Amino acid sequence: MNDGKYVLRINNLRLEAAIGGAVIVDSIDLNLRAGEVLGLIGESGAGKSTIGLASMGYARAGVHIAGGSIEVDGVEVRALDADGRRNVRGRRIAYVAQSASAAFNPAHTIMDQVCEAPLIHGLMTRTEAQAWARHLFKSLDLPEPETFGARYPHQASGGQLQRAMAAMAMSCRPAILVLDEPTTALDVTTQIEVLILLKSLIREYKTAALYITHDLAVVAQVADRIKVLRHGKEVEEGLVDAVLQAPTQDYTSKLVAVRGAAAHERAVQSTVKSDTILKIEHVDASYGTFKVVSDVSLDVRRGETVAVVGESGSGKSTLARIVTGLLPPTAGTITFKGQALPKALKDRSKVLKRTIQLVYQIPDVALNPRHTLRETIGRPVSFYFGLGSAEVTRRTQELLELVELPQAFMTRRPSELSGGQKQRVCIARALAAKPDLIILDEPTSALDPLVAEEILKLLRRLQDELSLSYVLITHDLDVVHRIAHRTAVMLKGSLVAFGETDRIFQGPYHPYTEKLITAVPVMRSDWLDGVLAKRAAAHLGA
Amino acid sequence: MKIFGHKPPLTAWIGLAIIALNLFVAIFGPLMAPYSQSESVGGTWDVSSIKMWLGADQIGRDMLTRLIYGARMTIGVALATTIISFSIGITLGFSAAVLGGWVDTLISRLVDVILSIPLLILALIILGVFGSSIPVLILTIAVLDSTRVFRLARALGMNLTVLEYVEAARLRGERTWWIIRREILPNASAPLVSEFGLRFCFNFLFIAALSFLGLGIQPPFADWGGMVRENSAAINFGLLAPIWPAMAISVLTVGVNLVVDWLLSIEARPAGVQAEL
Repeated sequence: MNDGKYVLRINNLRLEAAIGGAVIVDSIDLNLRAGEVLGLIGESGAGKSTIGLASMGYARAGVHIAGGSIEVDGVEVRALDADGRRNVRGRRIAYVAQSASAAFNPAHTIMDQVCEAPLIHGLMTRTEAQAWARHLFKSLDLPEPETFGARYPHQASGGQLQRAMAAMAMSCRPAILVLDEPTTALDVTTQIEVLILLKSLIREYKTAALYITHDLAVVAQVADRIKVLRHGKEVEEGLVDAVLQAPTQDYTSKLVAVRGAAAHERAVQSTVKSDTILKIEHVDASYGTFKVVSDVSLDVRRGETVAVVGESGSGKSTLARIVTGLLPPTAGTITFKGQALPKALKDRSKVLKRTIQLVYQIPDVALNPRHTLRETIGRPVSFYFGLGSAEVTRRTQELLELVELPQAFMTRRPSELSGGQKQRVCIARALAAKPDLIILDEPTSALDPLVAEEILKLLRRLQDELSLSYVLITHDLDVVHRIAHRTAVMLKGSLVAFGETDRIFQGPYHPYTEKLITAVPVMRSDWLDGVLAKRAAAHLGA
Repeated sequence: MKIFGHKPPLTAWIGLAIIALNLFVAIFGPLMAPYSQSESVGGTWDVSSIKMWLGADQIGRDMLTRLIYGARMTIGVALATTIISFSIGITLGFSAAVLGGWVDTLISRLVDVILSIPLLILALIILGVFGSSIPVLILTIAVLDSTRVFRLARALGMNLTVLEYVEAARLRGERTWWIIRREILPNASAPLVSEFGLRFCFNFLFIAALSFLGLGIQPPFADWGGMVRENSAAINFGLLAPIWPAMAISVLTVGVNLVVDWLLSIEARPAGVQAEL
């Protein structure tokens, strides 16, 4: 294969909103050689996915490609008719979507869906396509590669589906893969496995790839070059190490810093010595007959942050539902401020409901789209404290100020706010109740890194000012390391470790804690190779 | 010009014009009508003339006058029915969705029972037993129709109650009624408005059908369905008399549907696009 040849050339690409003509992506140049991986990185709304889709000559509804050229294998995609484009898509350039579970059709087997493209394009017979699919399943380390294809999407886990989707994309042996956040929806421990396999797949078949992500540390592992995007424009492009070690642009420096060494410093130093506010003892909980939490005990002190970490399905969110009363535990006791906390929400007094507040993961669905901020934040004020309209307005202003939002936002609705601003509103709504304990259910995981950083700072400041206690539910060990005084690690519904965060992170670890910690990508381009080398060594040793 | 923040297409404008005209006639009808609704001014099925623009009905009453009065009666009854039916259906449907458990089961099964009996037969039985006065007519159709509204409202409510802002309101300790009114209703209003238009059409046609069968609005009040029945024999003589009320029924139905189609098409658009169109 000729390594000097460009398989994808995008020149001066411009995309606009179909109505109104707002510019979404502007003057993007992009060249990809055979076998090369280019990381596209930026925050949400930066135009990463739009560019990824445009490279196949596709634009989402409401967007259209307004200018520039897109050449795949030297063929101008924009000049092709529908048939011509269909020939290119899937065959020369294939797409791996972010959420594999949403991208598979639940009514067909995985094999049928993986074989669909080569059959439609007439590249292989059914037997050939299936043999090739089994080969791909095997090289992607899917369980029982011979029979895996007979499964329906619901019979595979998220990580398996994401790999099956990679197999689907590879089914026609395309020259280019567009990987749109392929590991973002996965747990850290699963993410590393998928990353390793994607990387070896790309190497083995010398496929060029556009790797789209918002996580610099992830892209550093697989990409040769990185292109940083912001507001639809290029910020800078360079070799991975160059960008990570010596970013030339301010914005890139910030992105690097937020995942870099500086961010690993502990923002909280000493352990909190104060009275215990919440005590959970030997709590069990189940959904129907399915036990999700068993024998969990932990306590939270006033002014302290206790982090609960674990991968999805570990029962950490269930713990939040138990404390808030949404899911009454089947066994165990909960003590709040020295008194037994009624298990069910309906048995709790108004004061108890007021003093325990919850902040959700996805601010978009946590706020009623039809309510103004005055209504959203003001309601708990009038509901719990029975204040008059003028007082409620005054208090709402105070709360907006507390979460660093302008008072003019009072009359806005959630659709007029950014993600970070919405999360601030959710925090203000919780604060409006003057709570003692706030449960933070993945408060930053739906946000861009720089925005998440600001929210964490805000939470820290509020804790100091109002001596709040937090139960922080998260899968992000970075966040835990920085703001949690104590940490609880959960695995399959049980607590495997609980103690001061420093101690948890220093070891000796529980094997699972170690697995969690070592799975977090580090911002070095050789981190993944290092992990692989370590594994190989361990394998040889064993 | 924009309505609900959207620009209506030509078809929707036609529909809006038809509805506006009908409402205008329904409200100001008696001021415009040339004669009184029960006054005989001509011969049986007189043809159109300067004196009587649309001719006369089977006992010589002015057709145009009857149509104008009929608009008020037919639209008024259909509107009252639909409003009551929506009040019942939305309240019960949202309550079932929010409260769940036995409340949901009880109401849902009750609704299933009513839905299992053909609507027209059930209405005929009830009206036969209680007699066909206008309040009985309105209440009967409203209750029967509310079962359909209940189904939609419950489904919409189910989708919304699982959202976190509703959960947040529950955690706060808000009462069910507050949650329904402030958290759910505003977010379900768009599909409910278009359903209101459709159900209005159904009720309007249903009343016309009942009147045609003789159990709807009783004489001497004019209503379009009843007018078709009273004048139906004229068809045998090739006369236009039953065509006028029938046309009034179909024009209003088409008008409302044109507007509803437009409202539904707004909802069908993906969320991001909705803001731009």
